[in-house]
This record gives sequence, C-alpha cells and structure tokens, in this order.
Amino acid sequence: MTDSAAGAEQLTVRVWRGAEEGSFATYHVPARANQTVLDVVTEIQRHQAPDLAYRFACRVGVCGSCAMTVNGVPRWTCRTHVSRVATGGALTVEPLRNLPRIRDLACDMAPFFDKWKAAGGRFEGGATRADLPAKVNPASAKRRAADAGIECINCGVCYAACDVVAWDAEYLGPAALLRAWTLVNDERHEGRRATLDKAMGRGGCGSCHTLGSCMSHCPVGLSPTEGIAGLKRMSLAAMFLGGSG
Amino acid sequence: MRPHRNHRAYWAFLGHRLSGLALAVFLPFHFLALGLAVEAAALDAFLVWTDLGVVKLAEWGLVVLLAVHMFFGLRLLVLELRPWPAGDARLGWILPGLAASLVVGGVFLIGAF
Amino acid sequence: MERRLFGLQRLTAMVLAPLVLVHLGLVLVAIRGGLTAGEILARTQGSVGWALFYGLFVVAVAIHAPIGIRNVLREWTGLASRAVDCLALGFGGLLLVVGLRAVWAVVG
Repeated sequence: MTDSAAGAEQLTVRVWRGAEEGSFATYHVPARANQTVLDVVTEIQRHQAPDLAYRFACRVGVCGSCAMTVNGVPRWTCRTHVSRVATGGALTVEPLRNLPRIRDLACDMAPFFDKWKAAGGRFEGGATRADLPAKVNPASAKRRAADAGIECINCGVCYAACDVVAWDAEYLGPAALLRAWTLVNDERHEGRRATLDKAMGRGGCGSCHTLGSCMSHCPVGLSPTEGIAGLKRMSLAAMFLGGSG
Repeated sequence: MRPHRNHRAYWAFLGHRLSGLALAVFLPFHFLALGLAVEAAALDAFLVWTDLGVVKLAEWGLVVLLAVHMFFGLRLLVLELRPWPAGDARLGWILPGLAASLVVGGVFLIGAF
Repeated sequence: MERRLFGLQRLTAMVLAPLVLVHLGLVLVAIRGGLTAGEILARTQGSVGWALFYGLFVVAVAIHAPIGIRNVLREWTGLASRAVDCLALGFGGLLLVVGLRAVWAVVG
C-alpha cells in the first residue's frame, strides 16, 4: 500500500449547496498529508464544482474570512487540518450558523456588524490632530481589560458558536459586547456612557447565560465571556450602588 | 450533544437551567403539601408517603438538583462579580460543584434509609 | 426593564444562596428517622425566626424563579413575548400565594 501523497485514500466531503433552501452535495477528494479544510474546499471548487461559492483571503490564519462550520463546529478552515477533524475520512462543511446564507458556504455578515454598531461599538474621539497623543497607562486595570479584547478581527466564529444568538434574535452577541467592553474601558472614547447603556440594555449583556461557547471556539483565544461578565458587573454596580460605571 | 456544545461551561449552563426548571415545577407542589400543616393530622397523612422507597429516591433527586442549582449559581455570581484572575470562566468550579452536590445527596441517602 | 430583571435575578440569587444552604442542612437533619408533622411543627410553630426565614425565602424565590422561567420560555419556546411575560408573572404570583400560605401553615 503506497503512502505517497497521491495515495488511494479519499475524503468524502459533504458540502452545503444552495442558500436557506438547499441540500448537501457529496464530493470525493484525495486525502493528502498536511491538508486543511480550505485546501479541500478550494480543490472541490477548482476541479469539481466551479460554481461553489466560498470565502477566503489570507489563507494563513490572520484574517478570519474563511470561517465555516466544519463537522458541526465553527472554525477557520485554513487553520483546520483535515487529519484533526475528519472522522473516518468524512467531512461536512456548511456556512457559519446564525447568519443568513447567501450561497453555498458564503453567509451574510451584515447582521453581525449591525449588532456590533448597535452595541455602541463605534469609537468617538475627542482629540484633534493638534492635541498630543493620549497618555494611557498600559498597566492600568482598565487598559489591561481593554487589551484583553482588542485583538478581535470580527470573524464571526463566536457569533456562530453562541446558542443564545440562535435562540434570541435580539441578542447582540459575544463579539459586539466584547467590543463594547473594550470601548467602555478606553479612556479616549468619549461615548463610554452611551456604549455602556447600549451594552447593558435590551439584547445586551443581561442575555448572556455564560454558555462559554464563544470563549471555547475563539480562534484568537479571546474570552467574550470575560468581557460580558465585566459589563454585567458594571450593570449591577450601577443599579445597586448608583455608580456611573 | 451537538459538537459545538460539548464543553464544560455548556454542561454547567445546562445543569443550572434544567435543575432550575425541575425545581420550578416542583415548588408549587411543595408549598401545597406544606400548606397541609394547618392540621397536623392532615400533614402526617401526606408524610406517610415519604416512607416509600421511590419517594425517598425522588427526594434525593430534588436535594441533588437544589444543590447543583445552588453551586452552579454560586459559580455564576462569583464570575460575574469578581474580576477574573486567569480569564477562564471559573471552569474549575464546575466539577467540584457537581461533586459537592453528590456529597450532599449521599448524606441525604444515609439519613433517609 | 431587561436590566432591572437581570439585576433582580442576581440580587435574589445572592439572598437565596445562604437560605438554600441552611434549608439543605435542615433537610439533611430532618430526614433522619423519617418525616413527621410533629417533628416539623415542633420546630417551626410559633417561631418568629423561622417565619422570617421562610417568608424571605418564599418572596425571593417568587421573584427569582419566574425571571428564570421567562428566559427559558423566551429562548426555548415559540411563545409570543406578551404571553411569556404573563406566564412568568402568573407563576410568580402563584408561588407567592401558595408559598406564604405554607409559611403561615407551619408557623401559625
């Protein structure tokens, strides 16, 4: 039995074709050493299904564009080695959960970003170019809290992993609330009060039930659960201690 | 269990929610039974049922569910009110909370039988 | 409103935690040797302490449980928002009435 790269082993790959209505189509792709799921999807599109719609950009794990659901788990396909996830040589690839489907593996990210804005995610600075840069102490508690969340590249994996997003259409979601948390802790942001109000209001941090799926699936290792807990803390303090947050 | 749900914090959420649901269903009956205490004889007539093995088993279940709900709830209160040392969702509280609940249930069984 | 409910849920949780601990301890002690009305009532009848304890317990639970139920109904059933709020409120009222009646029964 040859163990060359073009060996006899085949992967059975079920890929979602269609939009909200559609079905899985099955393709067979040779199993290769060091193969990612993105490699597999690309091979299917190039050689078997030229009309397959899917997204990617950097293909090296820094942009988050290639996020899809692989065997039921939302992840970056360029950073998912087939050998790690294909049980018995079988793969099922679908678009990200909780977002409208455009076509095949491409989903509409607009609702994700709408909620990002609705949570008060837009930065408002008060300085002009004539002012010196703000002197922010990087070791301060607030700055460290903000730093813990700013690496988010809005890939949508946490949003897809969160069941509360699936169950509650109003829930703003982990990424949006983590963004709000970073801004609430950013002393340069003029709209801290407004952002906090939005993040604590309807569909905000109170809807999080600490499922922790966002935290366990984030490809960058962030914890929206932690940021949302911080927002909850501020919400409770404001309510019972009358603090301004 | 769907793959994206198969992790500790999710199990803790499920345990907390399902135990809460079960307790919520149980509570009205619990209050109604206690309401019989207006007359000691009426309450005693009801309490006779608690000698049955199957009833004791149900009581054990309720005691464990209450303990689980409380321990998992304490975890939530702590993680929401205290800033985190290491940025994990106090995952280390889950299994000990479950174990403590089973210990409580064990003490109950010893006393009940 | 959501913020207020969230806050009440957490506040009643903090009140309930020690009450539940005491209650569990009591259950573990009381179950020994079987349950009788005499044993229960000897402890609670005429006791201001137990009246306050269980009165507080009932009020806290009557707030805490319906808020939780409301979340479950909103997320796990397809019921309309108004129906969910009514059910939760009704459940809270039920717990309060039947619960305070039970406290009165064991204390009075």
